Amino acid sequence: MDSVFIIKSLIILGIFAISLTIAAYETYFERVIAAFIQDRVGPDRAGPFGLLQPLADAGKLFFKEDFIPGMADKWLFILGPSLAMLTALMTSAVIPFGDSILYDGQEILVQGIEVNIGILWVFGVVSLGVYGILIGGWASNNKYSLYGAIRAASQNISYELAMGLSIIAVLMMASSLSLRTIVESQHGMNWNIFYQPLGFIIFLTCSFAECNRTPFDLPESENELVAGYHTEYGSMKLGLYLFSEYVNMFISSAVIATLFLGGFNYPGMDWVYATMTENFGAVVGHNLSTLAGTLVFFAKIFAFIFLFMWVRWTLPRFRYDQLMDLGWKGLIPLAIVNLIITAAAELSGHALLVNWIGLGVFIALVYAWSAIFGTKKTSL
Amino acid sequence: MQLTDRSKKTDKTPLTLAEKSYLPGIAKGLGITLKHFFSKKATIRYPEQKRYLGPIFRGHHILKRDEEGRERCTACGLCAVACPAEAISMVAAERVKGEESLYREEKYAASYEINMLRCIFCGLCEEACPKEAVYLRHDKFVPVFTSRDQVIYGKDQLVEDMNERYERDAWTKEEMQKLWAQQKPVNY
Ligand code: SF4
Ligand code: SF4
Repeated sequence: MDSVFIIKSLIILGIFAISLTIAAYETYFERVIAAFIQDRVGPDRAGPFGLLQPLADAGKLFFKEDFIPGMADKWLFILGPSLAMLTALMTSAVIPFGDSILYDGQEILVQGIEVNIGILWVFGVVSLGVYGILIGGWASNNKYSLYGAIRAASQNISYELAMGLSIIAVLMMASSLSLRTIVESQHGMNWNIFYQPLGFIIFLTCSFAECNRTPFDLPESENELVAGYHTEYGSMKLGLYLFSEYVNMFISSAVIATLFLGGFNYPGMDWVYATMTENFGAVVGHNLSTLAGTLVFFAKIFAFIFLFMWVRWTLPRFRYDQLMDLGWKGLIPLAIVNLIITAAAELSGHALLVNWIGLGVFIALVYAWSAIFGTKKTSL
Repeated sequence: MQLTDRSKKTDKTPLTLAEKSYLPGIAKGLGITLKHFFSKKATIRYPEQKRYLGPIFRGHHILKRDEEGRERCTACGLCAVACPAEAISMVAAERVKGEESLYREEKYAASYEINMLRCIFCGLCEEACPKEAVYLRHDKFVPVFTSRDQVIYGKDQLVEDMNERYERDAWTKEEMQKLWAQQKPVNY
């Protein structure tokens, strides 16, 4: 076996392990952040600062009775959480976690697989993820589970549209579907968020909805649906559902950071690269600056994970009709407008300037419209 | 009819455009939660950190001795009668010659038992006692017990240790309020 293959396998294993570890610790930090926001101290019993809490939780879940309801469809009932977990873990394959490692005269990308349709892969797999929820909810043979599952499905379909439209704007700027090319086009501080503030907000909102996180956690709204699609689940099957939600959160943070915040790019990276290669030689310097980029990328991911949790403990849940209104009447038209502005900006040759002018003109128009034709209704 | 002056009138005016986008509201809410994220916590890490419970907290019972170290209890049984949970039982005995340094009164409790599973820590025994013998400490809990043979506290656990005398911090309301003002560990 050649060493390139080994390094590649190590990278893949590392990505896998990191997604699982981060997901496990997300459960811990979710509680700590919830506690801090509510003026409490949070879990602190298991290990120093409660750091072993995820282990304790996992242990507890494993020792619970693995129960399958009598009228449930047994195989689908098992398939549901497995599918949710599988799809959650598959997405991380195409995300470029760092630049590349030089080893043995070869360049190895810090990425599971580099495919030229990376973003499509993410989208395809994420859409599959809803099957896990749908199958689980249906197989439970419980009306609350089914409601939750159907809500999840309709919500995901509605928000995927706006999400896709807001991504197309990004794709137009990079003129590529490959996540790596998108990242490389945002070299240094040239991040997409500065070109696409509206697209960023739309994408962020949609990813909250896709992850079934508050304020869009209708599929598991406990005051209406007991626990939604996982009402009948217990033991590690429930664990897999909850865990896949946290993996999804990690992945969507990574995707947001990749698409809009420049992935592993950071201001001053050229200078870091130059100093590193000067001081440590071309190969080691390159690898070190890759490491720095990866660390920056993870910092961005953690910032977004914090945002996810922060929002969860701030905002109340949307009503179902509000959710659909926001998705279909709010975000999709906005995404289309964003698309048009971006297209014009790309054609004009001054992307940054025209994007902001377009946005300003659009907001002014909407304001004028609402001032002239302002209705008395308070639908949203 | 207005019941309180805290109620807020629901604002039913139509949302403005900025409000309809939710963004200002969300930013405001995030600001509030972030403020709380960094603010001082209202709870403590309990078994390691403890709060001052106040001078009138009703905890572990104690049978006081007087200044010369004699047991004050005269086994009158008033505490047992006052006890709503019927947790106290005692056996009285007569003081014989030579025991004057042990018992203050001529009659004393040869055995005095409180069943801590029955006790509801109401403090009525303390109020009933004419000899100022039984008190509920403000500074000590009855420890957690794990089996039934640990729940009956006899004289060996109840009678005051002369080396570690129990003093109540405050007796009057004014003293107590002063203490609270000093010792309050966390601002709610
Ligand atoms: S505190 Fe109340 S319940 Fe407990 S022994 Fe005294 S009188 Fe009885
Ligand atoms: S503790 Fe007080 S009330 Fe109870 S028997 Fe002794 S003297 Fe009487």
